[in-house]
Amino acid sequence: MAQKEPLLHLIAGSAECCNTFGVTGITATRSFDALIAADQRIEPRDEMPDAYRAGLVRQIAQHAHSEIIGMQPEGAWISRAPSLRRKAILLAKVQDEAGHGLYLYAAAETLGVSRDELEGLLLTGRQKYSSIFNYPTLTWADIGVIGWLVDGAAIVNQVPLCRCSYGPYARAMIRICKEESFHQRQGYELLHTLAHGSPAQREMAQDAVDRWWYPSLAMFGPPDGESTHSAQSMKWGVKRFSNDELRQRFVDMCVPQAEVLGLTLPDPDLRWSEERGHHDFTPPDFDELMRVVKGDGPCNAQRMAHRRAAHDNGSWVREAAAAHAAK
Amino acid sequence: MTDVLALADDALVAAQRLAWWCSRAHDLEEDIALANIALDQLGAARLLLTYAGELEGAGRDEDALAYLRGPDEFRNCLLVELPDEDFAWAITRLLFLSAHQWLRYGELAAGPDPRLAEIAARAVKESAYHLDHARLWTKRLGDGTPESRRRMTAAVAGLWPFTLELVENRAAWLEIVDGALADATLERPADPADPPTGGRAGRHTPHLAALLEEMQSLHRAHPGVTW
Ligand SMILES: [Fe+2]
Ligand SMILES: [Fe+2]
Repeated sequence: MAQKEPLLHLIAGSAECCNTFGVTGITATRSFDALIAADQRIEPRDEMPDAYRAGLVRQIAQHAHSEIIGMQPEGAWISRAPSLRRKAILLAKVQDEAGHGLYLYAAAETLGVSRDELEGLLLTGRQKYSSIFNYPTLTWADIGVIGWLVDGAAIVNQVPLCRCSYGPYARAMIRICKEESFHQRQGYELLHTLAHGSPAQREMAQDAVDRWWYPSLAMFGPPDGESTHSAQSMKWGVKRFSNDELRQRFVDMCVPQAEVLGLTLPDPDLRWSEERGHHDFTPPDFDELMRVVKGDGPCNAQRMAHRRAAHDNGSWVREAAAAHAAK
Repeated sequence: MTDVLALADDALVAAQRLAWWCSRAHDLEEDIALANIALDQLGAARLLLTYAGELEGAGRDEDALAYLRGPDEFRNCLLVELPDEDFAWAITRLLFLSAHQWLRYGELAAGPDPRLAEIAARAVKESAYHLDHARLWTKRLGDGTPESRRRMTAAVAGLWPFTLELVENRAAWLEIVDGALADATLERPADPADPPTGGRAGRHTPHLAALLEEMQSLHRAHPGVTW
């Protein structure tokens, strides 16, 4: 227990700033360094520096929390899905997100923390989840846009993690990325149907793109200049590309997809740069991101209240299951 | 068609209630399990509604039947439309419903209507799993803590009168349910003299109108479009 508290202390923090490590300068073992240098996977029984372990636990746990909290904005539309086919697709998607949370908590547990402890860190607000889920889902088109942009951004962020140096995390990400790309295609198809539907449906689709574009860009975290802890994470083979590189990749991917949809990305300065070989674009408002991270987003209180209510309302069930198992 | 609609509406309304639990259960495993059961119910409902529409021959598809009928046109039993007071209600309802569905689908799978037999053959396997899940939790909660026992007892007592509407296979149903209750050290309540009925004839509680209003709101706000 004496060792647990410092670990729990190290792993608290914000989700956007957490695909980085907050602690540096810990002496690593030789075999660890050799494995990293050879770009080989670290497995649970291998020796590893405390800071590597703590940073990974924090990143994986916050990723898991994001999956769990992410069930809510879309879950809110399951009951109102406008066709039975869409209802089934959406319910299966939200169920997948719960599964992602499970795989990730299991990966974190291989590093010596329990799921109960990690859930405790979420419920007490000591660990964060991705701020994108603090925005509301106002219309049905938001379900399409979340699939297209939010799952899309998650994929761009997460595909490099399939090659992450920590084996259990990398393997969980391979499984998760397959499902996320399925979600993205379904969201895109939903949005395509709306964009080619009635004028009201089309308007709903454009409005949703307008509201979700910049929050999606913010999912990649602060600009590289302000992301102070990335270097260690890169060196340890957890993070493979910088926030700005991934954000650029995402923008370049979305532009042609928006054209096929016939929808406009809400950035008047978005244009192709021959010189850079990339699209120029307006960055998201990072001050807003930091405000939302700190708890001041439109839905922070609602998301946490929902999670705590589920946890509290379920305590008698968990107690009963434990009591029965003990009989 | 009435018979098919009864099965379809039971499954559809049950799916709507079960899906509510996704993100609200006591742990992630149960979020996933209840979503699974909701997806099975929804899948069966879609096949049955499509078939009911074909039998009717008026060109109504699954969505026309799900979204454009009013409460008095629904043929589900009252049991499925009642709101869940807590997880004990959800589990007790699932026990009562899945025992009924398992028996009905089993019969129809061997019945004379080949189309219905095909749908039922698949659904009966799913019902067996739903019934197992409900039995397992009935046992854990009935024979868990004093609080879980109190809640299960209340749920069984609260829902029991509504099971008298499930008239087919009552004897076989009682055998299954009695076994599950005994296993959970719970007692079977007495049958009320004047049990609530009417679901199969389209006479519902106000809970169904509220459920449908939410479920149908978006579809009805945009008549005739494709989703
Ligand atoms: Fe996910
Ligand atoms: Fe997803």
